Amino acid sequence: MLHPKTPDAQSSTVASVHAEATTVDREQWLHMYEQMLKIRIFEEHVNILYTTAKMPGLAHLYSGEEAIAVGVCSALRRDDYITSTHRGHGHCLAKGASVDLMFAELLGKEPGYCKGKGGSMHIADQNTGNLGANAIVAGSTGIATGAAFSSKMRGTDQVTVCFFGDGALGQGLLYEVMNMASLWKLPVIYVCENNLYNEYTHYLETTAGEISARARAFGILTEEIDGQDIRIVYPTMQRLVERARHGEGPAFLLCNTYRYHGHHVGDIQRAYYRAKDEEEQWQSERDPLQLLAKWMTDQQLLDAPTVEQIEHQVRAEIEAGVAFALNAPYPELDEVNQDVYA
Amino acid sequence: MFMPNTVAEQKPREGVRIITFGQAIREALAEEMRRDPSIFIMGEDVAEAGTPFKVLSGLVEEFGTARVIDSPISEAGITGIGVGSAMTGLRPIIDIMFGDFLGIAMDQLFNQAAKVHYMSGGKLKVPLLLRTTLGATRRTAAQHSQSLHAWVSHIPGLKVVLPSTPYDAKGLLKTAIRDDNPVVFFEDKMMYQLKGPVPEGDYTIPFGVADIKRIGTDITIVATSSMVQIALAAADILAQSGISAEIVDPRTTVPLDTATLIASAKKTSRALVVDEGYEQYGITAEIASVIADGAFYYLDAPVKRIGAMNVPVPFSPPLEDMTVPTAISVAKVAQTLCGRV
Repeated sequence: MLHPKTPDAQSSTVASVHAEATTVDREQWLHMYEQMLKIRIFEEHVNILYTTAKMPGLAHLYSGEEAIAVGVCSALRRDDYITSTHRGHGHCLAKGASVDLMFAELLGKEPGYCKGKGGSMHIADQNTGNLGANAIVAGSTGIATGAAFSSKMRGTDQVTVCFFGDGALGQGLLYEVMNMASLWKLPVIYVCENNLYNEYTHYLETTAGEISARARAFGILTEEIDGQDIRIVYPTMQRLVERARHGEGPAFLLCNTYRYHGHHVGDIQRAYYRAKDEEEQWQSERDPLQLLAKWMTDQQLLDAPTVEQIEHQVRAEIEAGVAFALNAPYPELDEVNQDVYA
Repeated sequence: MFMPNTVAEQKPREGVRIITFGQAIREALAEEMRRDPSIFIMGEDVAEAGTPFKVLSGLVEEFGTARVIDSPISEAGITGIGVGSAMTGLRPIIDIMFGDFLGIAMDQLFNQAAKVHYMSGGKLKVPLLLRTTLGATRRTAAQHSQSLHAWVSHIPGLKVVLPSTPYDAKGLLKTAIRDDNPVVFFEDKMMYQLKGPVPEGDYTIPFGVADIKRIGTDITIVATSSMVQIALAAADILAQSGISAEIVDPRTTVPLDTATLIASAKKTSRALVVDEGYEQYGITAEIASVIADGAFYYLDAPVKRIGAMNVPVPFSPPLEDMTVPTAISVAKVAQTLCGRV
């Protein structure tokens, strides 16, 4: 049903009203802008591939939430771990995966990250520390906490980020592992992307109490921020990562955000659960790319030709990736029963 | 399907003593933990308490609380932590006190642990060992008495081990710890005090190799875990009426040594499968099907199977005793198959 208490874009993102003081230079902001744009354009092409029947299965688009993946992963090292979700293309790209191998995986092709056996909802890339996207909404919270446990036991200073959405707040595993992460001071950061909707249902219809209070109950440091503004996400995350890296324990970062598309590409008739006005308001007023571009322009860190040049580059990379994947072969049929056991 | 044994059989070199099933388990764990610092144990009451069955007593004293870790009562959570730590360089041993609690951990086991290697195209591995228990007649009623190994045997990506003697327990547990896949290891909680010969020091038993516990000529009785001793007792009863029973213990249900099962049934021409899991849709059905397919032209009778009665395990002792196969009930079916009734 259409939720009567649907907050507007402003009221749901007021938790942090100003960017933290940071020493990020122009090159870093430009890189983050480029990363966010790459995710946006990647998802545009996923949409096209899907709606032209070139991509099988399901496609859950990340568009609108780019500042979280990029802000969070920019604060991580390559050897830090992430776990991701069914809406995971953004996390995967932001952690450093390459566009062509990702598209190949999305199309079930042999050169894909998982030889085409995982698909959109299960991309994993151990070279960039991505332990995999997961199609059980809180399913990866155990894996992420286990990876953090592992780093601590092995004596490394790796940090693990566990991405999940508001839908995962309904599954008990999250609370079991947050309890242990806090007890044992594990270097894990739970990043909750609250895009307001558990599939087709507003989170306020499914989520009692205050979200942050759930993590605070375990004695976990909790912050709630505007997930649309990378100038808030990135420095907040830097602080939480440093803290975790130095043995000060887990954190819970609640990022308020918005999913531009439906739950998946096929979710087109959405009026019964959310209003067109709401979608338009987020896109026009709270778009993470526009917010960063406007601020950089105001600071004279960005001009129109640079924006154009970045977009040109990113589009070329993505179009080449799509072409690579479309031309790539499917796996040999005798692959079907390989990799069941190591 | 290619399912390599990551550990080849390794014969014992040192002396043999008589110890209990529980001691054999503890010895395997201690020896492996001395050998490999990436192994740790996590579970409810595994440290100072040594579990309610006292199987782990002494381990925390040797290896410390950093490697023998008391956890909250969070079966899903600790299994998840096991999966994630296994994916990132450790060899976790997760202790699920009663097999009945597997349901709580199930998503982490069958959707995560079992599928990570395949879904990642073979890039990620999950060398996770989950130890748990099975078996009724302990008077602990419906939620602490089930034998649920069929559940996990159903899922590709998991290996499932059912030791029936102290010797097998030690050798199979070492193989399970060294395997690069998720393994579920079921211990019959009524068998912890069972004594038998166990070599000192290192030896391993490969998965997928059945063991003939008693050689016979008239009927093959395939028995698992808790039912091996029952089947051996049944064989004694049968011998009195001149029936020579061969007892075959598959030792692992995944991988399953189909060749040995079929060869034994071909030799004896009759087969009975006994297991303590619920009979309906149980592993007895799978094994009976393997034998019926593989030995059809050699069989003189239909393959029969006996599992636990299809009821929740009752508390009341006389009722509970009715639900599990006994030496007498097994012998009776075997006699019927052999045309002696």
